[in-house]
Amino acid sequence: MVDLSVELAGVKLKNPIIPASGTFGYGEEFAWLYDLNILGSLSFKGTTNQPRPGNPQPRIAETPGGMLNAVGLQNPGVDAVIETELPRLAEVFQGPVIANVGGFSEEEFAENCRKLAECPQVAILEVNISCPNVHAGGANFGSSPESAAAVTRAVKAAAGDKPVFMKLSPNVGDIRAVALACADAGADGFCLINTLLGMRIDLNTRRPVLANRTGGLSGPAIFPVALRMVYDVYEAVKLPIIGCGGVSSARDAAEMMLAGASAVEVGAANLRDPWACKTIIEELPGVCKALGVDKISDLTGGAHGG
Amino acid sequence: MTQETFRIVHQTLAAEDTYRLELEGNTGELRVPGQFVNVALPGKFLRRPFCVCSWDEGTMTLLYKVVGEGTRQLSALTEGTRLDVLVGLGNGFDTRDSGGAPLLCGGGLGAAPMYALCRALRAEGRDVTVLLGFNTASEIVLEEEFARLGAKLTLFTLDGSAGRRGFVTDLMPDLHYSYVYSCGPMPMMRAVSDAAVTGAQLSLEARMACGFGACVGCTIQTAHGPRRVCADGPVFRKEEILW
Repeated sequence: MVDLSVELAGVKLKNPIIPASGTFGYGEEFAWLYDLNILGSLSFKGTTNQPRPGNPQPRIAETPGGMLNAVGLQNPGVDAVIETELPRLAEVFQGPVIANVGGFSEEEFAENCRKLAECPQVAILEVNISCPNVHAGGANFGSSPESAAAVTRAVKAAAGDKPVFMKLSPNVGDIRAVALACADAGADGFCLINTLLGMRIDLNTRRPVLANRTGGLSGPAIFPVALRMVYDVYEAVKLPIIGCGGVSSARDAAEMMLAGASAVEVGAANLRDPWACKTIIEELPGVCKALGVDKISDLTGGAHGG
Repeated sequence: MTQETFRIVHQTLAAEDTYRLELEGNTGELRVPGQFVNVALPGKFLRRPFCVCSWDEGTMTLLYKVVGEGTRQLSALTEGTRLDVLVGLGNGFDTRDSGGAPLLCGGGLGAAPMYALCRALRAEGRDVTVLLGFNTASEIVLEEEFARLGAKLTLFTLDGSAGRRGFVTDLMPDLHYSYVYSCGPMPMMRAVSDAAVTGAQLSLEARMACGFGACVGCTIQTAHGPRRVCADGPVFRKEEILW
């Protein structure tokens, strides 16, 4: 019997598999496909203070080995999430929930975190300072160590005793510098990585496919990039990491943990295969056995040293 | 929604760049006309959404145009190939609004879901009028099939190479109908919606990733707020749509 449980800053998860924010809504479209309680946790759709309609169409484009999205943080706003979405989520998922928090100012990040931290369901705040699809805000905060640290300080002061994981952008020169600044500012962990900024152009119209012109690249294409960044940050900072980016199989998840992740988010894979997380969870014990570990948490950081 | 394996029974060229794909598999999740399926293709990350042109227990027919790499790849697949398909996506047309004499307006491959709808309405004993518009004669599909259903069919082409020259809306003021259903390019559906003296249901299209409501990639803004074309649509009532 393989022990799949893992821990993130004191929060115990029954296994390391977490649907990534923005690919799973609030669980409602998956709850009737399988029992969501098999999941380690669930990171719900990025939440801002005010409702956001999102970007104009088109928002989706295909890429080799993945996809671009420019949804633009569409969400009903933090109050509606707390009043409507979280109670609905509680009916289908009783495990610890990760709240993905967006914002356009330090004050807004802090306010959203304060409200969500008060929800008993919410175990971890995942602060998205890396959304590439909103202008004036979002990724701007994650693009420099100084602004990332400022948001970290603001949300830590508002989060009470809930751990704060900063979701960092890969669209930076040195992600370790941003991670170190967040760690100094009191972050409890990281989620690595958000999407990579990309573009497609329609040969017929000779214009970008996405109305937003650019979008965030996700899917298997970014897996090696995410893996490398998890590996680098693991060496630089001794804080738990949720690895995210292109994970499509239990073997990918194991690889991500060997790079240094304590838990693993599965994103775009859910969109092609709605049962992806379930399949990965079912296959994890076999992968652990093949790797000769009884406790999956023993994989974390296994690729380092030696 | 279920994930099913479908086997290609037959694939034929139905019109210029347009293929008729007959598939065998579990169609149990298809309940109403206007629903769609999402087909995985080897080597492509995103599935390809296609409306269902017709279905029976164990078989379904898709009609699609080659518009890019994915559809080109699909068109080259031969009999016996197995496809991974998400079945029964979206809310289709509501036939309860139809009244006794519904009008169906299809533009281009928008004819495909109109065919499934026409079949359902004829089975309910409705007196169905169908207007189909195409750019040119070589694009015409389903002409005989609609006629076989006993629908009153009028064809239009923009260049006058077949049927009447012009738009489906040219004839609408002369017709008596109880309700309007439409699928086609947005400018055409807008014109149909404006011309309709009755209520109307319109089937929209958008680039989508998942097809089942998770990614909100296909969201449009409607009179009732943001709505997902895949899971809240693809069929919307005309008063919901913000043109």
